[in-house]
Amino acid sequence: MKTSASPLKWLASREGLYYLALALLLVVILPLALDPFRLNMVGKYLTYAFVAVGLVMCWGKAGILSLGQGVFFGLGGYCMAMFLKLEASTPEATAIQSTPGIPDFMDWNQLTELPWFWEPFHSFAFTLIALIGVPVLLALIIGLAMFTRRVGGVYFAIITQAIAAILTILIIGQQGYTGGVNGITDLQTLMGWDIRTDEAKTLLYFVCVGLLFLCLFTARFVQNRKLGRILVAMNAQEMRVRFSGYDVAAFKIFVFCLAAAFAGVGGALFTLIVGFMSPSFIGIVASIEMVIFCALGGRLSLLGAVYGALLVNAAKSGFSESLPELWPFLMGALFIGVVLAFPNGLAGLYQTYVMPLEARLFRRRTPTPPAAPATGRKDDGKPFDPMIDHFSPEKS
Amino acid sequence: MNTVNSKDFLLAVEGLTVSFDGFKAVDDLSFYLDPREIRVIIGPNGAGKTTVLDLICGKTRATSGSIRFAGKELTRLKEHQIVHAGVGRKFQTPSVFEDLTVFENLEVSYPRGHSVMGALAFRRDAAVVEAVESVAETIFLKDQLDRPAALLSHGQKQWLEIGMLLIQKPDLLMLDEPVAGMSVTERKKTAELLKVITENHTVLVIEHDMQFVGDIADRVTVMHQGKVLSEGSIEHVKSDPKVIEVYLGH
Ligand SMILES: Nc1ncnc2c1ncn2[C@@H]1O[C@H](COP(=O)(O)OP(=O)(O)O)[C@@H](O)[C@H]1O
Ligand SMILES: [Mg+2]
Repeated sequence: MKTSASPLKWLASREGLYYLALALLLVVILPLALDPFRLNMVGKYLTYAFVAVGLVMCWGKAGILSLGQGVFFGLGGYCMAMFLKLEASTPEATAIQSTPGIPDFMDWNQLTELPWFWEPFHSFAFTLIALIGVPVLLALIIGLAMFTRRVGGVYFAIITQAIAAILTILIIGQQGYTGGVNGITDLQTLMGWDIRTDEAKTLLYFVCVGLLFLCLFTARFVQNRKLGRILVAMNAQEMRVRFSGYDVAAFKIFVFCLAAAFAGVGGALFTLIVGFMSPSFIGIVASIEMVIFCALGGRLSLLGAVYGALLVNAAKSGFSESLPELWPFLMGALFIGVVLAFPNGLAGLYQTYVMPLEARLFRRRTPTPPAAPATGRKDDGKPFDPMIDHFSPEKS
Repeated sequence: MNTVNSKDFLLAVEGLTVSFDGFKAVDDLSFYLDPREIRVIIGPNGAGKTTVLDLICGKTRATSGSIRFAGKELTRLKEHQIVHAGVGRKFQTPSVFEDLTVFENLEVSYPRGHSVMGALAFRRDAAVVEAVESVAETIFLKDQLDRPAALLSHGQKQWLEIGMLLIQKPDLLMLDEPVAGMSVTERKKTAELLKVITENHTVLVIEHDMQFVGDIADRVTVMHQGKVLSEGSIEHVKSDPKVIEVYLGH
């Protein structure tokens, strides 16, 4: 891969500088500028960025609109919450219950024994595998059922939406097993480490930023391989891809699972950072909001999705503090505005209005353009385009 | 005809029928292709020519009948499996990846790394570059490799799509009206291109231009209302009264 061949050169490239700027913002500027409470809020917004980055791959690149990403976010979050809840429910801590040693809500619901599917969540290793594995497994099942039958477009979107509704109803209905509408609350420690302190929250914020970059680089890697080209090609010319010898369904399943994995990691971090998990983060509304983060940031741009998640959530918090009842309308208006006026979101606006200025600045600073490599295929000379996060040909 | 051992043929289509809501677009059709044969299908609009190619490449599923290709039954395979079995298909309207460059279009069609993991691990090595450049030479696009396909002319897109088939190294190439919509010079070059291709491929072409057909065809199959009306050399079908009636009778 190009990045590993010359990471320094990449960082100095335009794309690298955009990544550096984001890193600077998240690692230096925000932690210095914000108090632990606000920083924790930003951490929460960033957990949504994982979903938005997955949506860029799945929806923006491959054209598969899922209105049920909350499901995968929620499954990752619940896996983490189950582990933390078990840790908080020691026999000593729950001595006043009629059945000590099981989570409090189970006791309230007259359960006398830990359900079988809770058992493995005593293990942290299992939890780590499950918080990616469970969302991916569900995405795989949905993908196999839908994509091999050529269900796509609006039908697929509606089905994912229905799955979000079903999962919410299931969780709310099975209160004794899931904590119901209240969710899984009162989470305290992660393997003995108190996650409620300011220091812990700050550390979790940095873990979140680190994993987000890992996720961005994974997405970028996929996008720059031939696989990324196939995804984009599939979106525009599915039939030609098929008759070039590719099993289109397999590629759709892959990218849908990838987005689910990202969402699962985001959900697990959400649980750690916010301290609880509930069905309200999974359902239809939450899932649609996630699509809006991605659309507003720019559905073709990985970095745009991160900014989209940050900005929409910051605006939401701002409004919820002053005018909570207006927020849904504003959100709706925002979405319609984006779709109608600038379909490529903030990244598209940036490209149209800011990049020309940048280009002028760059030209002044580097009067002689770098010489093209003498051997191998030269770069195609296209200007860097955040809309396609460019795939430059690899050097042979 | 049905008693012939289909093993001798590269492609054996027998009793092929497809019905769209009761309308039989292809009706009990049988024909056989020898290896290295150049076969042209002609027939009036709506005769079912495109549908025959759709059935062979798996785009449309047959209602009944069989399509045996190099010992494999194609009617049960998925589209990409049929491609891997060695059948390449060019569509009537050019279908190339507009956002990708000519090079990338050909590279995507290069027969390696077609699984998900393969596409993730795929590297542009010397073999790929060489194959792409050699095909680009054949399809007159050697100097266009770095241009996005969207900027090509209609004729160039047709060539690119043919190139995308060639790089797959198929045993059977199916071309649907490859010179439709081309300028006179483009037509001439395409005829040249087809001559090169036909030297070492089995080709099934749909074409209207009788001059062009006469130039390239070993044998001609005339289709009408989903059935074979006549089959044989160009002279034979041209003088067949049934063919004359269909072409001149209305
Ligand atoms: N998918 C389809 N559904 C319904 N009718 C179809 C379909 N494909 C083709 N047809 C019909 O089948 C007939 C043959 O079409 P086609 O194979 O495109 O003819 P040709 O290529 O010989 O002009 C036409 O009447 C067309 O309308
Ligand atoms: Mg046709």
